[in-house]
Amino acid sequence: MKITMAHGSGGKATSELISTVFARHFDNPILARMEDAAVVPGAARLAMTTDSYVVTPLFFAGGDIGKLAVCGTVNDLAMSGATPMYLTCGFILEEGVEFDDLERIVFSMAQTAKDAGVLIVAGDTKVIEGRGGLYINTSGVGFLPEGDFAVSSSFCGAGDVILLSGTLGDHHAAILSARMEIENTIKSDCAPLDRMVAGLLASGVRVKAMRDVTRGGLATILHEFAVASQKCIMIEEESIPVTEQVQGFCGILGLDPLYMGNEGKMVAVVPGEDAEKALAALRTSPYGQGAAVIGEVINGEEGTLLLHTRTGGTRMLTELYGEGLPRIC
Amino acid sequence: MMDYRKYLKEYDGPPIRIMEVCGTHTASIAHSGIVSLISPEIQLISGPGCPVCVTVTEFIDRLIEISLTPDNVVVTFGDMIRVTGSQKSLQDMRCEGGQVRMVYSPLDIIGLAKAQPEKTFVFAAIGFETTTAVYAALMDEIIRSGLTNIRLLTSLKTMPLVIDWVCGMQGGIDGFLAPGHVSVITGSDLFVPLAQKHGVPFAVAGFEGEQILIALYALVKMIRSGESRVMNLYPSAVTADGNLTAQHMISRFFKVCDAAWRGMGVIPGSGMMLRDEYMAYDAGSLNLYSDHSHHPDCRCDKVITGAQKPSQCPLFGKLCTPDKPQGACMVSSEGSCYSYFVNRRNV
Repeated sequence: MKITMAHGSGGKATSELISTVFARHFDNPILARMEDAAVVPGAARLAMTTDSYVVTPLFFAGGDIGKLAVCGTVNDLAMSGATPMYLTCGFILEEGVEFDDLERIVFSMAQTAKDAGVLIVAGDTKVIEGRGGLYINTSGVGFLPEGDFAVSSSFCGAGDVILLSGTLGDHHAAILSARMEIENTIKSDCAPLDRMVAGLLASGVRVKAMRDVTRGGLATILHEFAVASQKCIMIEEESIPVTEQVQGFCGILGLDPLYMGNEGKMVAVVPGEDAEKALAALRTSPYGQGAAVIGEVINGEEGTLLLHTRTGGTRMLTELYGEGLPRIC
Repeated sequence: MMDYRKYLKEYDGPPIRIMEVCGTHTASIAHSGIVSLISPEIQLISGPGCPVCVTVTEFIDRLIEISLTPDNVVVTFGDMIRVTGSQKSLQDMRCEGGQVRMVYSPLDIIGLAKAQPEKTFVFAAIGFETTTAVYAALMDEIIRSGLTNIRLLTSLKTMPLVIDWVCGMQGGIDGFLAPGHVSVITGSDLFVPLAQKHGVPFAVAGFEGEQILIALYALVKMIRSGESRVMNLYPSAVTADGNLTAQHMISRFFKVCDAAWRGMGVIPGSGMMLRDEYMAYDAGSLNLYSDHSHHPDCRCDKVITGAQKPSQCPLFGKLCTPDKPQGACMVSSEGSCYSYFVNRRNV
């Protein structure tokens, strides 16, 4: 069965779609009320974010657009130090989407939401003319702890160390492989990082800055940190984890893992003396097994990011220029 | 420290200028931070080894024309999309309704052509000997599969004559890091006549930082002792004669022709195009020689021949950046200006 314009009409087909797919998989007491708006308990300080997901293909090794739509928004909330609580999701479906595909995606969103500990409390579906495309917007709300706790890229200071939660480039390479129909074992790293962040913050480490390493890649993010804090950041090529498969894939296509998108990796900047504790905290999460210290904030030319290469040379890294790759998230 | 590393770092003899003529070497030199490991007296210059950078504006204009022709689709490598022709780029055309598809391998066009038989797919076939071998394989596949909706618009170049041209320009190049990928196809003996004619040494090198350092060391040593030999330091991949199968494949489909190089003009016999019997597969590649540099101050020609550093161009880093490239050298990640800008190499 395929999605038709009738599924977006607001009539019987719409309500059937909602009850057989969305309500069934996202099932929770708040959504079950089926009111115009979800009413939820709150906190003194909230974090809010929204993101739209347009990735092609819809299914790829290690994930799908639904998993991505939950992880992306959950991770954005988590990086502000908030505990993600509620998501809304809006589907834009082009006529011709396979019903089974939609259900697989919704099921995957429900599983990922469970993994992340968030509830999907409101939703919307529109059907438009087209060729079977599917797009998702998710918005999220998270609770921030009381007080004035904050993380900011401008807080980086000399003596801080840079931690990376695992290997680079997996998502980007998985999407490219799917598009180019290259068979390999590369899987997207797509994962919700909120529980890992909670563990890191609970460990007592003073986290100064955090960011999920998405489009633009590690270099773009750390360059931003260096500029925002007016410090120099030096990273070690040798310490930056990249799987052999991804490294080989990049070699063939002339890609640089430092500029590739990920959907389940983060960087954290912590004081040097907290490095071991932070590393241990990250590694307790299934998504932080490959965590490593990859560099430090040093006294040097302000606003610069340097890479100490495997060959022993030093080069300066800038943000990503030009078209990295469209529509990988 | 290894001896050759120490030698390169502490070299304080007369200034030496070494040119690399392979885009992959350019990128690897930048990626490994080679410049930070050698003496400032050893200057590395990126020559005409990036195929995108040496493509003339008329070729791009022709691609643009094709992209706007109903039922025609231009298929290209990503780097090519951003290069400006006499006025616009293929990227601009995508916004204006032009049909442009980006692929990672020329062979991807086969799938596209099979999926949409009602359209004609035109590959922007640029490159040197290495890529020409891939286009030859593509031609073989097209003919084998009986597809009639694929064409090539060619701007194919060969290495020896342009290196000869650079040497003739008195740019003061003392030695060449020979193009590694090209050498795999052509063999290292290709450079022997050039080395003898111009009295400069060549070193064929692999692409790892360490391999490049070793080749630079060999070159400096040969330059200092006045030797003009071709040294093959990449014997695992490069032989004296090259890949004869690939060479046969190339000559089955392509013939030598004159070629226009951006900023350098037409160099007779420095290009390749489809042989007469395969002209049905050509999308109008003949005589695409005009080269309108869009900004009068653009120094791509001087940069490519080693006469000037990117930083000596008045547009560099000001009007011309990777975000808004004026000249071709700023467009491709293998271009000298892009590489200098992004990696602050030698600035």
